[in-house]
Amino acid sequence: MNDDFRSRVERERAYLLRYASLQLRDAHAAEDAVQETLVAALAGEAGFQGRSNLRTWLTGILKHKIMDSLRRSLRESTLLPDEADAAEFERLFDARGHWIDAPGAWADPDAALEQSRFFAALEACLARLPQKIAQAFMMREHLGLETGEICKELAITPTHCWVLLYRARMALRECLDKEWFGNK
Amino acid sequence: MILSCKEVTRLVSQDMDRRLPFGRRVALRVHFAICQGCTNFSRQMAFLRKAVNQLGSKTP
Repeated sequence: MNDDFRSRVERERAYLLRYASLQLRDAHAAEDAVQETLVAALAGEAGFQGRSNLRTWLTGILKHKIMDSLRRSLRESTLLPDEADAAEFERLFDARGHWIDAPGAWADPDAALEQSRFFAALEACLARLPQKIAQAFMMREHLGLETGEICKELAITPTHCWVLLYRARMALRECLDKEWFGNK
Repeated sequence: MILSCKEVTRLVSQDMDRRLPFGRRVALRVHFAICQGCTNFSRQMAFLRKAVNQLGSKTP
């Protein structure tokens, strides 16, 4: 075992742990996923060989471990009835379905993508979502699964699946609007 | 087919997960042409997707 490689991999542990926690929302599960990743990385050192950046390579392995962990946790839990409806966003619309307070334009959103403070705000908004909604949303938008696969993992109908994703998007839009783009 | 803003938000979200039927897509376009709030909403949804996709790659 190359000690230099081992210490470089170890230095990424904190980053990987934060990345896993954000998606799994469970400290133990995140710790396990990172541990499995580090073990796999050290065993598969030859697979790295300077391809891409070390962090990118490790994150790629971690994504698979996160998926495995999400599959296990989703299979073991059932959806709460209130997670499957979007009634909380009815308050944004009047009786005819018009915006009560229509969304204003966001000023230069792409500039936000250059700022680490923006990503910290986005993480804080994600952390406020109910667990299952956050997990389904990250599976779709960050891990890139098709909705059909997510529904299957969650053992719910496509309609419920869309409701979960809709709720995540509505909540995140509102949160970023307030916390980052400064619209009240 | 006339859509309310509430229906538009749901369709914009669904459109990110599956291909909407032709009639729905036309109805969305018609709505965007007359509704700045929903146009802003739709752009914000696209931005959200981009931002979440980059999450993790830009953090120190």
